[in-house]
Amino acid sequence: MSERMKADESGFKREMLAALPSLRAFAMSLIGRHDRADDLVQDTIMKAWAKQDHFEMGTNMKAWLFTILRNELYSQMRKRGREVQDSDGYFTESLAQHPAQYGSLDLQDFKRALDMLPPDQREAIILVGASGFSYEEAAEICGCALGTIKSRVNRARQRLQDILQIAGEGEYGPDATSAPMTSRAFVS
Amino acid sequence: MNDRLGAARDVERDSRADNPNAQIAAKLRALYLSVQEEAIPDKFLDLLEKLDAVERQKLPDVAE
Repeated sequence: MSERMKADESGFKREMLAALPSLRAFAMSLIGRHDRADDLVQDTIMKAWAKQDHFEMGTNMKAWLFTILRNELYSQMRKRGREVQDSDGYFTESLAQHPAQYGSLDLQDFKRALDMLPPDQREAIILVGASGFSYEEAAEICGCALGTIKSRVNRARQRLQDILQIAGEGEYGPDATSAPMTSRAFVS
Repeated sequence: MNDRLGAARDVERDSRADNPNAQIAAKLRALYLSVQEEAIPDKFLDLLEKLDAVERQKLPDVAE
């Protein structure tokens, strides 16, 4: 009995480790600041560990952790008010401490545009467009209907287009360097 | 399932077309990957080790 439990546990830990890079990326996309994102990831790890009996091995660990992280974030935000989110800090922090991270100015502009989205639209487009979840999984993580997620993703796309077009007129013509990169980004 | 295919198809269509969505999708992905590809900070590895160690110590009592 205890042998089997030990085996399950290390499986649990292993799966959790495997999901951590993506979980951090999700936290960063939602909060923006490395220190706060990592605090949130740490809280999520503790919560998930305490709840591991509720997790069914073989089901989607990543979606499970994302759900916990998201719930944790919103419950902290409710407790502390909007102080948790700090879009300006996001930008400043990443420029100051991670100058190499968002290498091109282009990406920094994009990050700023992403920060301007309402939180529900931002998380929807991140889950579907970057974390690799299906619309259905994203709906489950956010605790809302499939149609709601789809419409949030669409509105997020539209809004980002609007923001970025205002920021740089004519930047979106077909362009030799970004077109091949675009196709590659979705193959890997 | 169908939705996963749907999402994949959207992505495929977006990346083929010369449309702003393709650019947005690529940038979003690039931004996300820039964090995802960072090494996991040691403090998380240490935390998991500690949690695991505590759990293992507890186990015999729980199992009996």
